[in-house]
Amino acid sequence: MKKNKSQEKIQESNHSEFGEPIIQVRNLTSGYGNVVIMDNISFDVRKGEIFGILGGSGSGKSTILKNLIGLNPPLAGKIFIDNENLWEANPKERLKILNKFGVMYQQSALFGSMTLIENVRLPLEEFTKLPLDAMNTIARMKLKMVGLDNFADHMPSELSGGMKKRAAIARAMAMDPGILFLDEPSAGLDPITSVELDHLIIRLSRSLGVTFVIVTHELASIFTIADRVIVLDKETKGIIADGSPEDLKDHSNIDFVVRFFNRIPTEKNELDKKSKKSRMGAK
Amino acid sequence: MAEPHVSAVFQYSGNTAELKLVGDLQISTVPKLWNSTLLELNLRNPIRLVIDASQLESCDASGIALLQQWKLLQENKEAEFMLRGLKEEFTYLYDLSTSVQIREKWEEKSFFSELIDKPTAEIGKKFVDSVSNTHSFIAFIGELTYAIGHSILNPRSVRWKDAFSSAEKTGVNAWIIIALIGFLLGLIMSFQSAIPMRKFGAEIFVANLVGLSLFRELGPLMTAFILAGRSGSAYAAELGTMKVSEEVDALTTMGLSPVQFLVIPRIIASTLMTPLLTMVFNLLGLVGGALVLISFGYPLVTFTNQIVSAVSAIDLIGGLVKSVVFGLVVGSIGCYEGLRTTTGAGAVGESTTKAVVGGIIYVAVLDGVFSVAYFYLGI
Repeated sequence: MKKNKSQEKIQESNHSEFGEPIIQVRNLTSGYGNVVIMDNISFDVRKGEIFGILGGSGSGKSTILKNLIGLNPPLAGKIFIDNENLWEANPKERLKILNKFGVMYQQSALFGSMTLIENVRLPLEEFTKLPLDAMNTIARMKLKMVGLDNFADHMPSELSGGMKKRAAIARAMAMDPGILFLDEPSAGLDPITSVELDHLIIRLSRSLGVTFVIVTHELASIFTIADRVIVLDKETKGIIADGSPEDLKDHSNIDFVVRFFNRIPTEKNELDKKSKKSRMGAK
Repeated sequence: MAEPHVSAVFQYSGNTAELKLVGDLQISTVPKLWNSTLLELNLRNPIRLVIDASQLESCDASGIALLQQWKLLQENKEAEFMLRGLKEEFTYLYDLSTSVQIREKWEEKSFFSELIDKPTAEIGKKFVDSVSNTHSFIAFIGELTYAIGHSILNPRSVRWKDAFSSAEKTGVNAWIIIALIGFLLGLIMSFQSAIPMRKFGAEIFVANLVGLSLFRELGPLMTAFILAGRSGSAYAAELGTMKVSEEVDALTTMGLSPVQFLVIPRIIASTLMTPLLTMVFNLLGLVGGALVLISFGYPLVTFTNQIVSAVSAIDLIGGLVKSVVFGLVVGSIGCYEGLRTTTGAGAVGESTTKAVVGGIIYVAVLDGVFSVAYFYLGI
């Protein structure tokens, strides 16, 4: 039976292996204009965690991501990145905060007029005073990290979807940020490339201690990589579950969460039962 | 495989009509039944319509739509509708179509609602849109002014490589079309004016006409129009595509200003290249004019002397000052429209059109402003 989700207690995460909270979201109300998509939500992301933001289509995952990465201001509430308030910082402080994280966009967002190495070098050129040789070395190192060192002089248009995503991770890592935001990393990738990308994320997280915040609805990927997830619900405009994906799949008592993790459709009505016969009849 | 076919036969007893369907009610057979059956039902107005579907062998969505249409027709006349014998395999689609509820076709719209409500809503929407556009345009001008000031104070912050690359596309690659149109304009203008002026023996003054009109008005104006169509649209398309593919968002989250990073190099290119292209336009326009006068028997030196005596340095500089401003405006409008690109397949095309139209309108308006200003300044 479906429970009253607003009355469900959000589970407190207890991940002692991870450090202090590096992202703190407090009483965030998110949306556009007068439209509220998420109302008064709070959560923390701990240092070194691979954190997933999940939810159905239109639940507000991307809207929250845009608030977190400084693209769209929230309607209300506060976002602290490494204890600094993102939306109340002055331009100079804000720039410092922005340099603490990197973002990989769903469409990779590599600059089409630049080669891969120029793409990765760009943040270094803009925010450091390193000599060109040093910047090139760093950029090649980052490309090597994602397995694209042999493609440094290629244009983004010459790469496959998976390679573009890896290159985007290399660019996001250029300034050695502590946090990486990934927007739908597996979207549009074949299963093998998707798994390879998952392994890359785990490797970067475990070897460099980078915190990952991943917005996705790819369950296979989430079960492989995420330490902890929150599930957004568009009906209650809030977080209805918080915990490890395995725990939520097996032990959640919230109807939507169980159906979400076990891929159970919303309704199974009589019409669906008849559909097969009808299709046969139409032929 | 046999061709699908259907037969529909009406049988009447009193006020009851029975329609017997046999065969395949499919997308290929429904069109010929649609109008004929509805027409007959409208003419005969049966109080009760019974559809016998027991001998239907196949029925797809269009067949179900026809069944629903008959049902709707009866309901609108408050008459009875009965469907008999529909096989179980077709009931899924039939139930689905019942839940869809087709209504809009029968709703009559009031004359006044059509006449008043729609235009009023349109005017209101256009007004709100224009206020919002003005707001974002003012914000863009503010950002641009700040970025220009910042670039003047910190020239190293400008991406000169991008600026030169853009200048090559805007200037070097455009000179041929500019030269061609300049040459043809000079040629046509002088030829069209020389013939009537010749009747009065005044054809030598064609040089004055061509020189002054090119240097003061047509050179800067035509060059700006061509650049609005060529480079303004290219800027809008480039930036629009970057916006759609999240590249502009990527810059923002890297802490880089899209205006400083993307707009300034393009504006530098268009502002520097427009006066240079204007000079090319003027020069080739003069060549066109000279060619006509030479064909009329005047030596080149006479034409040149006439130009030198008629056109002053002020005329040249006045035109070039205009062209600098036109270049700035064309580049800015192109970039502004590009950065305002929304999502969707047609968004980039829409931005490009707006950039060209906006560029031409602003240049034409500014040319009028310059004419008045130059008049009062005695230039």
